[in-house]
Amino acid sequence: MISFSLQKTLHTAEGEMQLQVNAQVEKGKFVSLYGASGAGKTSILRMLAGFMKPDNGFINVNNAVWYDASRERDLAPQQRKIGFVFQDYALFPNMNVRENILFALDKNEPRNIVDELLEVTGLTNLATRKIQTLSGGQQQRVALARAIAKKPPILLLDEPLSAIDNLMREQLQDTLKEIHQRYALTTILVSHNPREIIKLSDIVIHLEQGRFRQQTTPALFFQNGGEASKITGNIISIDKNGHAVVLIENRLVSLPVAEERPAVNDKVEISCGDLKKLS
Amino acid sequence: MIELAPLWLTLKLALSTTLILFIIAVPLANWLTGDKNIFKVIVQAIVSMPLVLPPTVIGFYLLLAFSPGNAFGKWLEEWFNIRLVFSFSGLLIASVIYSLPFMVHPIHSGLSSLSPSLKEASYSLGKTKWQTLMKVLLPNIKPSLLTAIVLTFAHTVGEFGVVLMIGGNMPGKTRTASIAIYDEVDAYHYYNANVYAGILLALSFVILLILYTFNRKMQQAKFY
Repeated sequence: MISFSLQKTLHTAEGEMQLQVNAQVEKGKFVSLYGASGAGKTSILRMLAGFMKPDNGFINVNNAVWYDASRERDLAPQQRKIGFVFQDYALFPNMNVRENILFALDKNEPRNIVDELLEVTGLTNLATRKIQTLSGGQQQRVALARAIAKKPPILLLDEPLSAIDNLMREQLQDTLKEIHQRYALTTILVSHNPREIIKLSDIVIHLEQGRFRQQTTPALFFQNGGEASKITGNIISIDKNGHAVVLIENRLVSLPVAEERPAVNDKVEISCGDLKKLS
Repeated sequence: MIELAPLWLTLKLALSTTLILFIIAVPLANWLTGDKNIFKVIVQAIVSMPLVLPPTVIGFYLLLAFSPGNAFGKWLEEWFNIRLVFSFSGLLIASVIYSLPFMVHPIHSGLSSLSPSLKEASYSLGKTKWQTLMKVLLPNIKPSLLTAIVLTFAHTVGEFGVVLMIGGNMPGKTRTASIAIYDEVDAYHYYNANVYAGILLALSFVILLILYTFNRKMQQAKFY
């Protein structure tokens, strides 16, 4: 169980912002922090990891005090036993794939976990490759494997999949889910991708302007008609028969137009019809 | 007759200065990197002073400080029986101070160019600050380290003003190659001056050639 209460004045592009949050995360859960950029998601993660010092509050993890402003206790990142995956991967360029993962282990720790992790993350064939020769998705896998090599009970992920293309993203989400279950982790993911959150997490916490607005399941959160639940697109062209070609994310879809005729370039919302099962 | 002693002395001075400065500069540059506070800014300004001050000014103040007629020099002589003026040790200390920015700046800018997440990643994997510095940070700034070492060495070889102020011109003790050139020209021994100057010129060129060849190779290997 992780319970925390954090207060911190953040200096954002729009000026100062007061971050004030508290939450409890049960052991073994997959929690997503959702919110716009600049809402304070990454700062919360960094405070949990010990990279950033809160102004006030506490962090308790499984009855151990990691941070307590009133008792002036502040555990160093080295002693917090967390795995952290950075947005920019933070892989060590002077080491190859295997060496990056191996670096996490102490001298007397067994080495067989490295081979296991290489296999779980699909990196076995790339073990001796230099970091610079890997694709973004492959680098992210190394970062993930390295973060859990010491078998930390908690995994913190800072938008790990934001710079990766869709296909690779799907595969990495599967890997992430498998790792979360296999190593019985408590995982906190920072993300602003509803699809990712729905697929991976048990709980979503909505962060807005430095405050937790809502804590619920992803299904309930995204069903309630929030911005993320809508399907929107832009009209590319309209033909004579009244069909519009709409660009939705990176797909083109031809759809019949309702009575009020929109024009090319208009932003439109699409409501879904009947579902058809794919064979 | 060309004496080799000034060349050996120059080599000895440059090597010792480089070694001492490397040991001092790595932790200093590492400390300067990261969160800035006013204290660090002051230290940074002090480290950079030799870049803008005339060497004779540094030499003059060090001469005053080391002189047995003044408090610090007197204290050194009374307590440790050391006299730094007109001695190799004095020359070495002056060189270390004078070449400090040439060692600190390249290492500092190398460390600053690394993503802060490298350090944090290492910490979150349980590694100490020292382990992080030795195994993650320094290996990823090898070209900066080489630049720092080469610049410091070359700069010490070319020192003149500070050496003259602190060391004077004592054969075998404080007469370095650059002093010897001045001395030979002063005595109209142009041939001797030419030999010393030619050797220094060739040495500087070879050092820079090695530096750029190595850095080019590193870049091609995309090591960092």
